[in-house]
Amino acid sequence: MTARTAIGLVAALAALAILAAAPFFLGAYGVGLLIGLSGYVTLASAWALFSGPTRYVSLATVAFFGIGAYTMAVLSETLPYPLVLAVAALIGLAVALVVGLSTLRLAGVYFVIFTFGLAELVRQLVTWYEVNVTGTLGRYIFMSFGPETIYWQLLALAALTLGLSWWIGRSRLGLALRIIGDDEVVASHCGINIARVKLALFALSAVIMTLVGAIQAPRWTYIEPGIVFNPTVSFLTLIMALLGGANRLWGPVLGAVPLFLLFEWLSANFPNHYSIILGLLFIAIVFVLPKGVLDFVEKAWGRGSSRARNKPDEAGLGELEAGR
Amino acid sequence: MTIFGGRVRLSALGLIAGALTLGAAAHAGAQDRDSVKIGYAVSKTGANAGGAAITTIPNYQLWLDDVKKNGGLELPDGSKLPVEVIEYDDRSSAEEVVRAVERLATQDEVDFILPPWGTGFNLAVAPLFDRYGYPQLAVSSVTDKAPEFVKRWKRSFWFLGGGADYTDALADVLKTEIEAGTINDKVAMVSVADGFGIDLVTAARESFADAGIEVVYDKTYPVGTTDYSPMINEASSSGADTFVAFSYPPDTFALTQQAQIADYNPKVLYLGVGTGFPVYGKNNGENAEGIMSLGGIDPNNEQNQVYRKRHEDLTGQGPDYWGSVITYASLQMLQEAIKRVGLDREGVAEELASGTFETVLGETKLEDNQLRKLWWVGQWQNGVFAGLAPADRPGASKPVLPRKPWQKQ
Repeated sequence: MTARTAIGLVAALAALAILAAAPFFLGAYGVGLLIGLSGYVTLASAWALFSGPTRYVSLATVAFFGIGAYTMAVLSETLPYPLVLAVAALIGLAVALVVGLSTLRLAGVYFVIFTFGLAELVRQLVTWYEVNVTGTLGRYIFMSFGPETIYWQLLALAALTLGLSWWIGRSRLGLALRIIGDDEVVASHCGINIARVKLALFALSAVIMTLVGAIQAPRWTYIEPGIVFNPTVSFLTLIMALLGGANRLWGPVLGAVPLFLLFEWLSANFPNHYSIILGLLFIAIVFVLPKGVLDFVEKAWGRGSSRARNKPDEAGLGELEAGR
Repeated sequence: MTIFGGRVRLSALGLIAGALTLGAAAHAGAQDRDSVKIGYAVSKTGANAGGAAITTIPNYQLWLDDVKKNGGLELPDGSKLPVEVIEYDDRSSAEEVVRAVERLATQDEVDFILPPWGTGFNLAVAPLFDRYGYPQLAVSSVTDKAPEFVKRWKRSFWFLGGGADYTDALADVLKTEIEAGTINDKVAMVSVADGFGIDLVTAARESFADAGIEVVYDKTYPVGTTDYSPMINEASSSGADTFVAFSYPPDTFALTQQAQIADYNPKVLYLGVGTGFPVYGKNNGENAEGIMSLGGIDPNNEQNQVYRKRHEDLTGQGPDYWGSVITYASLQMLQEAIKRVGLDREGVAEELASGTFETVLGETKLEDNQLRKLWWVGQWQNGVFAGLAPADRPGASKPVLPRKPWQKQ
């Protein structure tokens, strides 16, 4: 077993090394692609970190992503870059704690609606502040480093997120989370402090999302609320995580990578029919892969082997359907 | 044990996915020289699609059609090369427009890239145009920082002026009328809480203060507001003869309707984006007369009239009275620059910066990479949105004020 873990670790490190070296072999377009890819892999993994085991479907991704991007825009001229990242992480943490404390008691669709509203609330607050206090809405970010640096930071963050996710899956915290996801009453009877566990995971996932926003922002030069608080980011993150399987370590990665490449391929080759094809594909995915790619692959792969699977079922698309 | 077995397989899947990414990204296209490749990424869907569909896309189509009818782009040796167009939809997403321009520059290896729609998006792609050496003819972007941008990105060209240009000109027009005794020196002002509205209202506060005009009502409303009657009522009771709205198209149309319902008749009515849309004049008929806004045209410029006719024939809609004709003129400049110096992008950028061009606007020359000969204030007069300011520019119309009260329909 340890040997297999070691093999897995070596494979993951090798993959990381290859990906880190990729900018030396790829053109600028490849690097741009990798930036988007690693950004969404990190977002989807961070999303699954909290929402996978607890089954709280959050649409607040872009709220934190936008907070990170805005912090970068506001402070990039006045503070050194690493400090800006730290401040962004702290702001994300503070917002997540306040929001988490007040809302994690909400369940089901109420939580979904609240988190969706949160993104809009943050956007309106930023707009209000800019309109009434600073009197300008757009902000500029001029950085001396190129896209490769952005990519390496995102890649490191992605690796860190996956590492954290792997570690949590093995820790008492992960176990506690899975119990909460299965049955909160049972969890509280086991002596788990439900609020604290959920809050910790929500905050961790939010800080990672904030950092993705902060790291990616310099790529756009110009920031305004409409650009960084784009709700599509929340929806894409959710779809990617669900497609792959939000309860598995590699699930969000396997959802994000093919979907992102698909979006890219579609927008490059079918710019005028993108939305139609995408809609049809989503319908197809829900019908063919209701529980996510990983589940499908494992079933197909494991067919014939006599492994008895006794896992909690996935917080996949099927569950969303069942929840209606 | 079994669980870990699954994990190793999954890591393998991850590796395969990574390898696929690299494979997809490493693919590159070949290049041949029996055509000129021109690419652009513009918002065909999403929040920006409305603006792009009026000011940008129809003019790209019109110009490409011109080039086609001309037998291709003419080069200095007199030969003509057909244009191959590569078009992407940025879906109103900043990340998407950045990647699409990267794709155009490095995968499609196009010869020239036409700019996207909107201030934010033009800024988002400006570093890329600069890095890959493409001249950027940024038309649909209003920014006071253009002089700074020109220093930062040498091949960037800015065609639509900045917020202060428009509000200074408006303050001038108002000041003249105040001195003539037509209107009092009070202004009521509303603005949309988004890029355009905020930039302009911030500039306007300064312009009005400098001109000694008193702002008695100053309110900002969120994007998507539909009920303007409280604002109209307050503006109406503020005692101001001038009502200024830095609004977006839906707001502009709604304000026009609701001011009629409230029978609010300020002597000067100035509205934002959308006032210069042909449909605005068509929908409001007589009632559009006298309404002022940004932009305008010289109603006696024949070339411009020919352009408007052709635009309508080809795309089925008339061009707006602000950015459209500028977009088209910028493309004419590009075409002429290619004819003079060829496909060398560096040379084309230099020619654009220093050359004088005959366009639909008349004789056009950029100053410090910016188009400064613009109509800053316009007014609907006899069914045409005519340019008023700068008043000393040839072809300027005289303001007709006070505007007539609403006609009941």
